[in-house]
Amino acid sequence: MLEIKDLRVSVGEREILKGLTLRVKAGEVAAIMGPNGTGKSTLSYVIAGREGYEATSGEVRLNGENILDLEPAERASKGIFLAFQYPVEIPGVATMTFLKAALNAQRRARGEPELQTPEFMKRVKEAAASLGIAQDMLRRPLNAGFSGGEKKRMEILQMELLQPRLAILDETDSGLDIDALRVVADGVNALRSPQRAFIVITHYQRLLEYIRPDSVHVMAQGRIMRSGGPELALELEERGYQDYIAQEAA
Amino acid sequence: MIKLASEAEATLSSFYEEMRDKGAPRLRAAGWASFSESGVPNRRVESWHYTDLKTAMGRPAPLATASRAALSLPRAHDSLRLVTLDGVFRPDLSDIARLPDGVVAQSLRDALAQGDLHVMSALASADIGAQDPILALNAALMQDGVVIQIAPGAAIDRAIELATLASAEAAQSTYTRALVMLGEGARATVIETLGALSSAPAQDNSALVLRLATGARLNLVSHLSGGVDQAIRIASLLAHLDTGAVINSFALIEGEGLNRRQVFARLDGDNAKAVFNATTLGRGRLHADTTLIVDHAKPCGESREVFRNILDDQSVGVFQGKVIVRPGAQKTDGVMQSKALLLSEQAAMNNKPELEIFADDVQCGHGATCGRLDKDQLFYLTARGLPRREAEALLIEGFANEAMDAIEDEQLKTFLSDRVSAWLSRRISR
Repeated sequence: MLEIKDLRVSVGEREILKGLTLRVKAGEVAAIMGPNGTGKSTLSYVIAGREGYEATSGEVRLNGENILDLEPAERASKGIFLAFQYPVEIPGVATMTFLKAALNAQRRARGEPELQTPEFMKRVKEAAASLGIAQDMLRRPLNAGFSGGEKKRMEILQMELLQPRLAILDETDSGLDIDALRVVADGVNALRSPQRAFIVITHYQRLLEYIRPDSVHVMAQGRIMRSGGPELALELEERGYQDYIAQEAA
Repeated sequence: MIKLASEAEATLSSFYEEMRDKGAPRLRAAGWASFSESGVPNRRVESWHYTDLKTAMGRPAPLATASRAALSLPRAHDSLRLVTLDGVFRPDLSDIARLPDGVVAQSLRDALAQGDLHVMSALASADIGAQDPILALNAALMQDGVVIQIAPGAAIDRAIELATLASAEAAQSTYTRALVMLGEGARATVIETLGALSSAPAQDNSALVLRLATGARLNLVSHLSGGVDQAIRIASLLAHLDTGAVINSFALIEGEGLNRRQVFARLDGDNAKAVFNATTLGRGRLHADTTLIVDHAKPCGESREVFRNILDDQSVGVFQGKVIVRPGAQKTDGVMQSKALLLSEQAAMNNKPELEIFADDVQCGHGATCGRLDKDQLFYLTARGLPRREAEALLIEGFANEAMDAIEDEQLKTFLSDRVSAWLSRRISR
């Protein structure tokens, strides 16, 4: 599904990713864990195509296709979805209006017919109900004045509607209480399928109790330092990241 | 009287000679005297600092004469329409006969000829906006327009549209004035349409005078459009609110040329409420000036102003807003906010919000910002699959919508959002 080879990325003058290599197979849930400031969010931005995050070498392939030259919207319609760590507030744009515009833009780009309003409404309502999102929130401007938990749920709602092939969850657990965390995790788990891959970026093992990863990757100093199974997350929870930071220094 | 200097003023003086015996001699004379003190304002006149009318006007275009054109005007909304075309009220194009009970309309020309005292004093509108030379010029030169009286207690459901249009193929000057009087407790919706049907560079000076008696409630939507590069449109709105009266207004300003909208409002009774919101869509070389004075003269008044300027190409926006709270106007609650979105490197915005507060127990605030599309918001939307231009359009639309939230009439709201969408789709397609 996703293949990242020796990726180097600079933001401004600073190199953040320093030769990162990672493979995620279809159906896999890959957890990326690591200390603050090691480039986890940068990785998510580069995959999604954010301006100003320029790859200086290496490649990122989605199902064999190099995506680094594609616009963010093109990547989205090819199935890449980024659940933001800090979802952006968009005043004046009703959530429902945005959802429909996004969904239909992707469908147009893929040459699929646009979804008509009744079918669209049905899908949104079902997704909202399963995530405990009140109907009136969908009429409000997108994320404007939403609590942290509401914003994260809205990210999962969008993921459910857009049905991506590769979903990147950037610290989706931050700022969530235990109930909200469960709702969000249930939403993610419901979407797991052999055709879909997830990259779950997190600091803490806690989220991974609810979303069981297939693989765990330790990221530090702009690289994947170690990969393993779910047991690696437990080890990190116990020992912290000191080994990897020390290793880099040595 | 000070001797008028320029060629522009000499031409205007000849207009005044032509109009001075066409009713309301005292109102005209007072207007002319006031105008003559300053003449056509240039940048040295403080309230016209950002809009150099003198240079733009050059030599005034000839005074409009009645056109005989038999036009069929398309209808943009389901309203009762009263049309003033090329400076002259046109009963043949208007829905006079269909006006409901409780609404009486006549041409300004007829009203001036009859000289009804009630109407005359309302037209003069106390001294609201008295310092403005161009409004004074409108009083001196008013050619025609409409006078509408809505009976006390009447609740008029259907919107009444005052359409002031120019159709002449050659440049012309028009001076029009409309008066809408709402009796005690009356309710109505008025649409003020100012537009051009031809591509001639018209110079239009219009005034809409609103008198709201105790407890009256008016919804007002103004739509200023059309115009070409050399056109000048100055539209003044004078609103006088009595005790408990409410005006809820929104203006959409688009088109080209030089555009100045002036709002002079006085909340002259306790508990009066006023909303003056507007969205400006600037493209080409539009110069869009909004100048507003909201004068709280009595206690417990409330005023809200939300202005959104969306400026593309080389368009220039101006916002001069002043909220005055007079001594004794305690418990006044006023919030004025102007935000501009610059879509090109050459677009520019001038913001000048002011508060003049002479009472001690009030809540007043203002804010003015000016910026570009937010990169984080753009990335968020494009990462969800919206192509760049569509993402921009959605953000711009959202920005424009914030000033439209208070519009109560859903049909009008849809009409206005459609105008915004049409403007945006032109931007996407080029």
